[in-house]
Amino acid sequence: MNAQPSTASDTRVTGERRDFAALRADFPILKQAVHGKPLVYLDNAASAQRPQAVIDAMVHHEQHDHANVHRGVHTLSQRSTDAYEGAREKVRGFVNAASSAEIIFTRGTTEAINLVAASLGGARLEVGDEILLTWMEHHSNIVPWQLIAERTGARVVPVPITTDGALDMDAFKERLSARTRIVAVGHVSNALGTINPVAEIIELAHAQDAVVLIDGAQAAPHLRVDVQALDCDFYAFSGHKMFAPSGIGVLYGKAELLNGMPPYQGGGEMILTVDFDKSTYNTLPYKFEAGTPNIVGAIGLGAAIDYLNTVDFGALARHEAELLGEATQELLRLPGSRIIGTAPHKASVLSFVLDPIHAHDLGTIVDQEGVAIRTGHHCAMPVMKFFGVPATARASFALYNNREDVDRLIAGLKSALELFS
Amino acid sequence: MSDQMRDLYREVILDHNRAPRNFGELDDATRVVEAVNPLCGDQLTLFVKTDGDRVTDIRFSGTGCAISVASSSLMTEKVKGCDCADALALFEAVHDMLTGVTDPDPDKLEKLVALAGVREYPSRVKCASLAWHALKTALSSDRGSVSTE
Repeated sequence: MNAQPSTASDTRVTGERRDFAALRADFPILKQAVHGKPLVYLDNAASAQRPQAVIDAMVHHEQHDHANVHRGVHTLSQRSTDAYEGAREKVRGFVNAASSAEIIFTRGTTEAINLVAASLGGARLEVGDEILLTWMEHHSNIVPWQLIAERTGARVVPVPITTDGALDMDAFKERLSARTRIVAVGHVSNALGTINPVAEIIELAHAQDAVVLIDGAQAAPHLRVDVQALDCDFYAFSGHKMFAPSGIGVLYGKAELLNGMPPYQGGGEMILTVDFDKSTYNTLPYKFEAGTPNIVGAIGLGAAIDYLNTVDFGALARHEAELLGEATQELLRLPGSRIIGTAPHKASVLSFVLDPIHAHDLGTIVDQEGVAIRTGHHCAMPVMKFFGVPATARASFALYNNREDVDRLIAGLKSALELFS
Repeated sequence: MSDQMRDLYREVILDHNRAPRNFGELDDATRVVEAVNPLCGDQLTLFVKTDGDRVTDIRFSGTGCAISVASSSLMTEKVKGCDCADALALFEAVHDMLTGVTDPDPDKLEKLVALAGVREYPSRVKCASLAWHALKTALSSDRGSVSTE
């Protein structure tokens, strides 16, 4: 490593790796030791970490500006409202929605999907209607639809996946029909890393007059999302997967659909007038934001978007693909390794088994080496069933990970193999 | 490999994971209990045959991590042939050891003290205790399923 201060020409020569190495320093939580070893955080698909800028924005709000939003005439209330609505505008820009009225703050992706399932599904679905999902969905994009199917007499129809973990598009086309009222598909699979061809799915579904919801929880930190270019009807994502806090998420919905949907929850903020005979509802997006929202969470999300806006997503994709490629290659050299999810289009998620060691044992052993990975069914039991495994280990990479993290993961796995040999 | 890992994955645990004792089904079981740990997907079916107050045979099947499999294996080895009341007392003793209420007692628990390593790993205590909860259910109630959540 060259200890000399870098010059402009150095930066150009060493390229993108150096840029991402600099980003790592923005995340204070990564500068710690776990079990006496520098932390290697590879559980980003479960929850990513926050840069200092996000933490600072939230602390600033708590120390200077906090009051309830849309409620008061006093100064702090106005500042708080401005910051909260400013965050909404940042989200609008981030996904390129036509209007900030189409951006609804939720607790997360799960609540966003539940909102659409209960409100749109409850109003539209009838006996015999079908909701098309895929075998690779997260439980949060399965169970809300099952709940509304039970209430309405509609049916949940899962589309199978191929042995490499890609969506079976022929099967999708076969199952898509005039009975299909709603198509709900993950943009990126949390358990497999598969990037689904959502633009094609949306086009096919619209040809059948079906409404499309995209679960973007795993896509938002990795891919540039343009909801207008995609022409999706709904797009849901979570703050905590994209370097913002937990407890804040977003539902994007087309205004014409949201306007036609009944409220999801009742309470303050979502009304215009309340009388015991009849209440009238607020305009978008407030109609779907009952009660005092997660104000500081939204502000943190806005700051995370500011942060992501400084990142070149093309370079990010190359950086993460490189890490995934290196990790994949190294992992396959280990005896007993098998990768679950080898679709041609993948985000930086490496789900695997290392026979004969159970994923849970792997998780504990590599944690002892300072390496954090996820183990279990990843809230995607149908995926586990499809691949015939009870659980997998999963390493998921974010912008701050580097080659050394890959090496530490592989070293941890080798020590597990040694222990179980 | 750290000493903590060697303490968690003691040789007796690795051995019982590699070659679990009393593994398989029991056609003439008097009680069959399903146990799951939804957190990690461990699934265990415990087959218990009792004759009066004695556990005359016991087997288990399913999938799980090394701690879970070894705990099931060690348990079946220990309680086979025991009085039901003694087996239930053993559940209490093991439970207290796993949750740190009591120190491991090699005189009383013999090989089962190898499970004490999980006390340093709160997320793994459930792995070690799953089979024992299934045993308790089999011997003390009419319920047929166990969940650690």
